[in-house]
Amino acid sequence: MSEYTSNDYKKGQPRWCPGCGDHFFLASLHKAMAEIGVAPHETAVISGIGCSSRLPHYMATYGMNTIHGRAAAIATGTKVANPKLTVWQVSGDGDGLAIGGNHFIHANRRNIDLNMILLNNRIYGLTKGQYSPTSPRGFVSKSSPYGTVEDPFRPAELCFGARGHFFARAVATDSAGTVEILKAAKQHKGASVCEILQNCVIFNNGTHDSVYTSEGRKKNAIYVRHGQPLVFGENNEYGLVQEGFGLKVVKIGENGVTINDILVHDAHCEDNTLQLKLALMEGPDFPIALGVIRDVEAPTYDEAVWGQLEEVSGQKKYHTFSELLETNDIWEVK
Amino acid sequence: MADKLIVKELDQVAVRFSGDSGDGMQLAGNIFSTVSATVGNGISTFPDYPADIRAPQGSLTGVSGFQVNIGSGKVYTPGDKCDVLVAMNAAALKTQYKYAKPDATIIIDTDAFRESDLQKAAFKTDDPIAEMGIDKDRVIACPITQMVKDCLADTGMDAKSVVKCRNMFALGLVCWLFSRDIEIAFNFLREKFAKKPGVAEANIKVIQAGYDYGHNTHSQAMNVYRVETKEKVPGRYMDITGNKATAYGLIAAAEKAGLRLFLGSYPITPATDILHELSKHKSLGVITVQCEDELAGCSSALGASFAGALGVTSTSGPGICLKSEAMNLAVILELPLVVIDVQRGGPATGLPTKSEQTDLLQVLFGRNGETPMPVVAATSPTDCFDAAYSACKIALEHMTPVVLLTDAFVANGSAAFKLPKLEEYPAINPPYVPESMKGTWTPYMRDEKTGARYWAVPGREGFQHILGGLEKDDKTGAISTNPENHDLMCRKRQAKVDNIEVPDVEVLGDKDDAELLIVGFGGTYGHLHAAMDDLRAEGKKVALAHFKFINPLPKNTSAVLKKYKKVVVAEQNLGQFAGFLRMKVDGFVPYQYNEVKGQPFVESELVSAFKKIIEG
Repeated sequence: MSEYTSNDYKKGQPRWCPGCGDHFFLASLHKAMAEIGVAPHETAVISGIGCSSRLPHYMATYGMNTIHGRAAAIATGTKVANPKLTVWQVSGDGDGLAIGGNHFIHANRRNIDLNMILLNNRIYGLTKGQYSPTSPRGFVSKSSPYGTVEDPFRPAELCFGARGHFFARAVATDSAGTVEILKAAKQHKGASVCEILQNCVIFNNGTHDSVYTSEGRKKNAIYVRHGQPLVFGENNEYGLVQEGFGLKVVKIGENGVTINDILVHDAHCEDNTLQLKLALMEGPDFPIALGVIRDVEAPTYDEAVWGQLEEVSGQKKYHTFSELLETNDIWEVK
Repeated sequence: MADKLIVKELDQVAVRFSGDSGDGMQLAGNIFSTVSATVGNGISTFPDYPADIRAPQGSLTGVSGFQVNIGSGKVYTPGDKCDVLVAMNAAALKTQYKYAKPDATIIIDTDAFRESDLQKAAFKTDDPIAEMGIDKDRVIACPITQMVKDCLADTGMDAKSVVKCRNMFALGLVCWLFSRDIEIAFNFLREKFAKKPGVAEANIKVIQAGYDYGHNTHSQAMNVYRVETKEKVPGRYMDITGNKATAYGLIAAAEKAGLRLFLGSYPITPATDILHELSKHKSLGVITVQCEDELAGCSSALGASFAGALGVTSTSGPGICLKSEAMNLAVILELPLVVIDVQRGGPATGLPTKSEQTDLLQVLFGRNGETPMPVVAATSPTDCFDAAYSACKIALEHMTPVVLLTDAFVANGSAAFKLPKLEEYPAINPPYVPESMKGTWTPYMRDEKTGARYWAVPGREGFQHILGGLEKDDKTGAISTNPENHDLMCRKRQAKVDNIEVPDVEVLGDKDDAELLIVGFGGTYGHLHAAMDDLRAEGKKVALAHFKFINPLPKNTSAVLKKYKKVVVAEQNLGQFAGFLRMKVDGFVPYQYNEVKGQPFVESELVSAFKKIIEG
């Protein structure tokens, strides 16, 4: 049982627009942290720039609201320098995937033990309404009055392409779902990407409408859980089966399909093929996958760095500066 | 035949080893400088290598040179022109002869002067020596390749490995010319190739053969050189390059401060050797992260400082462009950070392997907003150690990013380094927030004396706080757009840097009655000092004020600059330091000597230019 409550992680009065998904997420993060139970002074929350990157200011932990795009790089230094800290890195879709895309992929590739939050509202809010790298093709915004002519990133695809070992998704308004994946992300050793689908009431209202209410999620989302059959629908009457190279939605009880035919979710499977297929599902033909989609153990960078320090330290005979000097070719002038 | 031997006693002798990039000229040069330093000679070295790693063999663009200057006393520069030129192939002779004195001894490997070699080196005739107007009597023409092959014939080594030993033959020959004790070279090789004793012994055999060749045939040589040791500073020494000295300075400072050293870096010429060096020393607890880009190098270092480490990032000018946003963040976060700029020729990719001082204004001012940043410029390869130590001390005690400026010349050059004693270096005491402030502390409370904010490292209970790139309220540390507060914070950050105590600039030479004061900064110290010595030897009254601390400037700067009737600011750019001094010292109008050639100053050119100013 944790000795902390949400209040121990709360600070200040958030200044986001009323109704912004960031409010919902912040409350879930406070709750998740309390349940996880890592002390506020052993927690660091590091963000970049953007609406969502204001988040550290509302935390009673250590934190930094840094520069645009560099949150993952700065968090890398913090975690590697002091692996005892629990480090949360918070970015929006612009901060994390546009200006900070390089750091996003490399933090995943290196598998640094960071909890990487991607608050995805598919828009640039702080600069007042330009399309983002997750906006769909044809998206009309202030900087794309005739619609965008480019395809978006799909965060899971980018994470998996960078050899990411953890990917989970939740909807900002779904507190239980969000808390669950945040706890799983903390539990996971290595880089854990949590994509939070959230609404921007001002510049991109309704972008995640199909799953933003619990009714919507019943119809249009599937909660995936490791070891459980992939079923969804108001009465769990639908399920996913593998067909050819892809997935297919079937109705249980129809055409001889039984619960035993339904795919069982394996978040721990090292091969990410089916996990990616789950992550990329979208309406109207498929439900949107929520929950922990991939969670595979792998060596982490920070542990490996410290392991190497220890290993080499045991092998080498010099451990101070003056001993280091003596490893050189030295001559004496008398 | 021995009666023809002329022994030249000299104060200084420069030897230039040149050949293909893969010919091992640097190793030969390094061993020669070590051998000379061991007998107490002053040494200074300078590698001059091409940007292409391996241009086609024997081609003009692939030639790399390594110059070693040895002296009976202190040696300030690698020497303008060399007394002995080793040219391992025709292209090397073609491109490097311009660095030889008119009476220099030239050593060539005749086996690398065949018709095809001459063609690749664009010689028009089959007599390159005559074609270049070189006196044949000054040339030691030796079939080095063949002799190395013969020498190693019974070792069973493959042909490729055998040919790699050519550099050691040349080294042996040079050691004979200078009557050096080749046992020292043998020891060096035995240690270097401790894990490959076969390689060590082959190299030793070839050095001996080169030495014997010189001894047996010295009729061919015009000169045998002797450089005695006059001034000796007793002590224990090692050979060190500027980059290695920088790395050592960082290690020393971190140890003194009791902090973990963290380097976030991205490879870039000519700074990468700092990353290489620090990556070796895990037994000292040094963490190095080779990042995805320059931005991450600086950002991760800042993140590490936030976590309580000594965060450092190393780069060259193009990298500073990319790091400037995180450097700026460090200014407003008021966290320690050391940014090393090993300057090279610019703009853009410019001259990646060559040396300039053209980043000065970039590191002083190249950021948005009011972003004062201390700048320390190392003056020589060995001074990189002290400069790096000072940069760390300032960063940690004043909670600020600091730029350490070096350049390709001091970074790659080497000199004899008297082993420092860490206990003699000043303590480094970061302003950790005292436990007594728990409950009342806010992030921008400052130490009264230095103006540095207190450092609360994550992990300490009761000091949780949020830093950020948005302006903060002076009192509460919360985000603030209050105009008065912003003005106040800008002034406090500026005052903190302005008030850093740095040592006075020292005036060398004729400090009381100089007709001309030479002013320089950073890596040109050796050349400017040598030029001053030359002028004084001719009876001129000359002084030198060489700056290592650029921002803030030493307190006596204005007094020194105004004391002399004529002042010349000499720098390897178009006048950046002169401009900065004019900004800081009212009414200062110096003469200027500017050069942006990517090459070190030439002592003789400095002397004639300064003479004109004195006489003009």
